[in-house]
Amino acid sequence: MTELVIEAGRTERQYWRDLWRYRELFYFLAWRDLLVRYKQTFVGVGWSLIRPLLTILVLTLVFGKLGKMPSGGVPYPLLVLCGMLPWQFFSTAMSESGNSLVSNSNLISKVYFPRLVITVSSVITSFVDFLISCAFLVVLMFWYRYAPPMAVLLIPFFVLLAFGASLGIGLWIAALMVEYRDFKFIVPFVVQFGLYISPVGFQSSIVPQRFRLLYALNPMVGIIDGFRWCLLGPRSRVYWPGFMIAIIDVVVLVASGLWYFRKTERTFADII
Amino acid sequence: MNYQAQTDLTNAATDFAISIEKLGKMYTIGHQRAKGDGLRHTFESALRSPIGWLRARREKRLREVDFWALRDVSLEIKKGEVVGIIGRNGAGKSTLLKILSRITTPTEGRIQINGRVASLLEVGTGFHQELTGRENIFLNGAIMGMTRAEIVHKFDEIVEFSEIEEFIDTPVKRYSSGMYVRLAFAVAAHLEPEILIVDEVLAVGDSAFQKKCLGKMGDFAQSGKTVLFVSHNMEAIRTLCQRTVWMKNGHVHKDGNAHDIIEDYFNTVSNDATFSFASSTYGLTIEKVVLKNGLGEECGQFYPGQELVVEISYDARKRVVRPVIALGVVGMNGTCFTSNMLLDGFGPAFIEGVGKIACSFKSIPLLPQNYTVKMSIRSENVEDFVINFQEVACFSVAGDLAEYGYKGEYLAWAPRSTSVVVPYEWLLPDGTKAAVSLDLPVHERETVLLP
Repeated sequence: MTELVIEAGRTERQYWRDLWRYRELFYFLAWRDLLVRYKQTFVGVGWSLIRPLLTILVLTLVFGKLGKMPSGGVPYPLLVLCGMLPWQFFSTAMSESGNSLVSNSNLISKVYFPRLVITVSSVITSFVDFLISCAFLVVLMFWYRYAPPMAVLLIPFFVLLAFGASLGIGLWIAALMVEYRDFKFIVPFVVQFGLYISPVGFQSSIVPQRFRLLYALNPMVGIIDGFRWCLLGPRSRVYWPGFMIAIIDVVVLVASGLWYFRKTERTFADII
Repeated sequence: MNYQAQTDLTNAATDFAISIEKLGKMYTIGHQRAKGDGLRHTFESALRSPIGWLRARREKRLREVDFWALRDVSLEIKKGEVVGIIGRNGAGKSTLLKILSRITTPTEGRIQINGRVASLLEVGTGFHQELTGRENIFLNGAIMGMTRAEIVHKFDEIVEFSEIEEFIDTPVKRYSSGMYVRLAFAVAAHLEPEILIVDEVLAVGDSAFQKKCLGKMGDFAQSGKTVLFVSHNMEAIRTLCQRTVWMKNGHVHKDGNAHDIIEDYFNTVSNDATFSFASSTYGLTIEKVVLKNGLGEECGQFYPGQELVVEISYDARKRVVRPVIALGVVGMNGTCFTSNMLLDGFGPAFIEGVGKIACSFKSIPLLPQNYTVKMSIRSENVEDFVINFQEVACFSVAGDLAEYGYKGEYLAWAPRSTSVVVPYEWLLPDGTKAAVSLDLPVHERETVLLP
């Protein structure tokens, strides 16, 4: 017999149990988003490959050929791709999860389930896209006959960091957007801006040494550096304080995001 | 002491399904910001003058009005009870259901629920237009709290119930609205909760579908489960529920036997609130609906056999082509009679600007009771309702049944029977005839016949 107590001004002890009970909904919502995304498109899932391909072309041309940025002996397209993959995952996951509550407002006002499911499952959707795009990396590495170093085994750790960073920011934006639709306009701007201030088209080593610590405050700096280190090996030099800051960033973002989301969640249905 | 409370709680836990204590929900009106007045305003004014901003915030706070959608509601619902909730729009019924379904949280009070709850505030919540029927069954089922295994197990049953086998792999955006609703309800009907909470879902769909829904809810109630059911359909409430709660202005106004409460409800519906409604999509405003007698006087009380005129004043800012109006007179036992342009085909080609449409019921064969008038207007595409209201006006029928030829001892039981009486005549074994008619009082009939 399930017993439930609803009381004014009390945070539900049930919440985490409910989250477990609705665990399959993570899968179903992510599945829905994936199914819907490519319905009535001609190229279909191919878009997950075309998008990074075109971006790599442009970034290689702009930074590699025109800007003549150093690549440390790595083929430039490969260097860009290793930055591109985590960045694209982060940016789509952040904006999709940020939008998730508002775009599912019909669910929020008509059924109960932990709202966290909506936001997390949209990060999962982007994660699946990320995995598909990774196929592209394998192809490119074969093409350049580039064997990854042993450190490649550490890649899940950096994927996890990217997941955490996008979820943390996504939670904040999703909860804020319920009340302030301004974030609809802020997010695309941040994504566009972020592509240039994160080391996607270039290596973070070109940033002057005295600004590196400041630069590393952007969690994507540490994460992208980590990806390059895992995939391209020691030829991309490691900046350890950057990693540490990225880890702290992610922990703070996720913890504070969860806190704010849970705090405002009870009023979502009233103001959305 | 503590131990005592503990045992009380466990004893009580065995016989109630829902226990609500002093529940209240407050909304702050005036809190909603104007468009484009979000963050920018907050930041900008805070930056320009921090002190002024703080002061303005306080003033704004004072300008806001607290509105209690629900206050001091206490109810205990036993296991296996089927409870109907009635009341006018805005009485707090939906807010109560939303709190019970955990969609929103109460401002004060406490609720204890024993058992797995399924709430149906809408049919087809989470249906996605682009997905097929099959995909939507899984999605909707999961959203309503079913596990994947449960859905797989019941899949065939759900499809069979929905009667749309052939279209199960077609995207639901290609469904007719009837098919859509049938599929959605099929999923909901296969949830297996111990407590079912249903909002006005029966307001959609055709009457065959509504019957099916009611049948399913009846089965559910028969199997000893607890049901909470909000509806404006008194007939449905009366058939399904033993107990009815009448809500008024956020309070429980009356609580008791369904039959008595519904009778009471109809006896006190007052004419004070005049109906008006504006549909922005169709640019149509219904300014008022008034009832008149045969002499053209506004009137709230009629006698059996009199003429009843329902007059609708409208202002159509946009031309409404081929509006289809339907009126119905509803008594406490359900709809008595209707006038429906969908059937008689007498609708105007269009309406535009300010005007009136009236319908005169020549002779109302109604027993002395209270009645309400329902009205719907459909657009040219008859699937769409421009408006559809259960209660646009109300009136009472007065009169002494004895004057109409009634001689029985149990006239007080009249409200239990249906309200419409067509003239009839008994042909008894000894050859005598006895006629009853709600057309005109007996003495007037004679005077009419004389010349």
